[in-house]
Amino acid sequence: MLGDTALTERTIDEYRSDEKPTWCPGCGDFGVLNAAYNALRDKGYDPKDVVVVSGIGCSSRIPFFVATYGFHGVHGRTMPVATGLRVARPDLHVLVMGGDGDAFAIGGGHFLHAARRNLDVTYVIMDNSIYGLTKGQTSPTSGVGFTTKTTPRGSVERSVNPLLLALAAGATFVARGFSGQPRELADLIVRGMEHKGIAVIDVYSPCTTFNKVNTFKFYREMVAPLPPEHDARDLGEAMARARSEDPLYLGVFYQEDAPTFEDGLRDQRSSDPADGRELLEELFDRFS
Amino acid sequence: MGGGDLVVRIAGESGEGVISTGELVAQAAARAGFELLTFKTYPAEIKGGHALIQLRLSDRRLYTQGDRLDVLLAFNQEAYDRNISDLKEDGLLIYDSGEFSPPSEEGRRRYAVPLSEIARTQLKFELGKNVVAVGVVAALFDLPKEQLARLLQEKFGRKGDDVVSKNLAALEAGIRHVREQTGGRPLFQVRTSPDTRQVIVVSGNQALAMGAIAAGCRYYFGYPITPATDIMEFLAAQLPRVGGSVVQAEDEIAAAGMVLGASYGGVRAMTATSGPGLSLMVEMLGLGAMAELPAVVVDVQRAGPSTGMPTKQEQGDLKLAVSGGHGDLPRVVLAPTSVEDCFWQAINAFNLAEQYQMPVILLSDTVLATRTERIPRPDLSRVELTGRVLYQPAGEGDGRDGRFKRYALTSTGISPMSVPGQAGGQYVATGLEHSEMGRPRYDPETHQRMTEKRFRKLEMAALEAPPAERHGDPRAEIGIITWGSTTGAAIEAVDLAAEEGIAAEALAPRMLWPLPAQQLAEFVGSKKVLIVPEVNYGGQFADLLAARYRRELVRVNDYGGVPIRVERILRAIEEVRQHVG
Repeated sequence: MLGDTALTERTIDEYRSDEKPTWCPGCGDFGVLNAAYNALRDKGYDPKDVVVVSGIGCSSRIPFFVATYGFHGVHGRTMPVATGLRVARPDLHVLVMGGDGDAFAIGGGHFLHAARRNLDVTYVIMDNSIYGLTKGQTSPTSGVGFTTKTTPRGSVERSVNPLLLALAAGATFVARGFSGQPRELADLIVRGMEHKGIAVIDVYSPCTTFNKVNTFKFYREMVAPLPPEHDARDLGEAMARARSEDPLYLGVFYQEDAPTFEDGLRDQRSSDPADGRELLEELFDRFS
Repeated sequence: MGGGDLVVRIAGESGEGVISTGELVAQAAARAGFELLTFKTYPAEIKGGHALIQLRLSDRRLYTQGDRLDVLLAFNQEAYDRNISDLKEDGLLIYDSGEFSPPSEEGRRRYAVPLSEIARTQLKFELGKNVVAVGVVAALFDLPKEQLARLLQEKFGRKGDDVVSKNLAALEAGIRHVREQTGGRPLFQVRTSPDTRQVIVVSGNQALAMGAIAAGCRYYFGYPITPATDIMEFLAAQLPRVGGSVVQAEDEIAAAGMVLGASYGGVRAMTATSGPGLSLMVEMLGLGAMAELPAVVVDVQRAGPSTGMPTKQEQGDLKLAVSGGHGDLPRVVLAPTSVEDCFWQAINAFNLAEQYQMPVILLSDTVLATRTERIPRPDLSRVELTGRVLYQPAGEGDGRDGRFKRYALTSTGISPMSVPGQAGGQYVATGLEHSEMGRPRYDPETHQRMTEKRFRKLEMAALEAPPAERHGDPRAEIGIITWGSTTGAAIEAVDLAAEEGIAAEALAPRMLWPLPAQQLAEFVGSKKVLIVPEVNYGGQFADLLAARYRRELVRVNDYGGVPIRVERILRAIEEVRQHVG
């Protein structure tokens, strides 16, 4: 049985479902999944109080592998679902997970608004710079010249920088992780969950089947932790380091305290709400 | 002119207070005890262009705004040109003689009132023109001045005593001007209603929003769109008072997605839009149907396709509502038939959505949404709410291994639903085909059995269709099947036909999908001729009926962006008369 108290020591198995991941052997998403299990265990959240919301894509299958509540929606619409859920149920812990196509292509508009609203969710983007589920097409985070079946002569589009996008949109916690460093990643997810407001964590999660450029090897050579002197309260500094292409920094680039969307809505509600009938009778009087 | 109805139209430049003039008279008339129904139309732009408001007053229940005018009040030449053809042969034209002079016509009475001049020179209050017009209209049928004075007080009280007294003087001037010409006797005698029940005066959108509150809706997610926006504005003011919220989404897809997210969280949520928004929401209807989440989507139809005519009437979204979306997608479609019905069908929409765990589309339309009607004050003790079947730990829906089968195959198709926070109820809501446990499955048997399960719910929902509106002679061989605001015109056409000695009966189902077989089969079977009037080009409801009942139908279609005329349906009844005994 699942315990009710938050202080219960929990094991990873309590968060693991019996559904076997559908990912290819060696997929970066395994590391993210393990980091998520560890983060949930570290936080000790009761699985009944957690909802993992995702969209569509290889990575978005993740709710099925977690023993919490889950919402595997449609492509790109993770944030609307998470928004409705959080507005109605601010007592729940909502972890949004999905891919780069989901976040920055079809769901790009929603990403912007969830960020500016400061919705209190943790958004883990499993970024592999490729469309894997559809078997290898260019993604919004693929680089110029990236060759795929839909860009046989190389992509001519510049890639989205997820961190700059999140920072510009007003996200209050912006971080980057790497699936090849699951312990550090689990720590980032914990910090994201502890953050009041939206926590955007872009995670390099290589696709070993379709992306021969952004591989584990590539990232191992390119990544470096943010320098100790990095001031995560400084938006300018965060932006400057987010722009760096060599090295590709990992860690919390930016964090600020700001009111959340849910708290803002709560504060606008009557502290002593009327009963529906009372309100209606009053309205009927007004219209009579 | 004695007894009966009075139909008054006020027309002029949009943004100059035409609509508010009419609203004021309407409000006062309803308070004074007249039955009342209004119609308004204006351009989609905020200022400029032609606007009009039409008021119909009577001592008996009204169903339409009236085809022909007893009185036309034209503020300018354009208003005269566009509307004079609707004035009855013996109607009364009132015009602002300071603005223009209409050509003289045989038969019609004319009445020049220098509205602008009275306001400018006599009252030194140029903005008072509209209130002078209110006085003029009120004096025509002896509308009690006290009602109007009270309304002006309510409307302008915030702006100080000076503004109030100026407006009262304007009202007085309008009334006096008419009395001087008529020797004090009102030109029209309209009786007040003998119905002494308590009433309220509201628009369809207001009634619908209040119905949603009555249904327990506390969360609204929407994107502004004409003519649905005032549902959102109304709820934005009210829901926080009952502990809820209104969220303005970034687009309609997001709005519908938020509704599903909130519904998954266990609350009653809704969105309202118009055709262009429903087009976008179709994706979420599919997700709601597949993941089996209750959701209420209101579509206040306007003239399409595409951006179409945002402020004009059409019943053109029925096919989208009934069949929009890929795959076999169950959903319920309801349509209110009057302003009062907007309140009750909003409640039914929530009950059906919750009970059958699927999207319910409530199809209102521009005419219903924007018109004001005097309706009986809703009796809240009549409101019955049915909720979703909830997961009971260790109860029905539990697998033998103790794991929750969210999509358990049941005889009704309804599976108990858990809510996040319930221990042991964990599941994944998904748009993928899934097993009873909610896990992705693509085998033929699962897809067949799950599709059948989802459609079993739809069959059950059909049995709970709200009663159809029926009007006329049950033995009549001429039947009219209609829906939405066109119902009113069908009812009045049936009454006029009866006066001509032609028996006809109208049926307006409130559930349009699934087709309520019990209500329709008997009606269709008992009529020799069926007329289906709709405000759309091809007859969208007629197509559904023809496919189901394989009957020849007399389709009566108007598609000019205005409500269908009673006369149009009456002519159709007269024409088919030869085919019946």
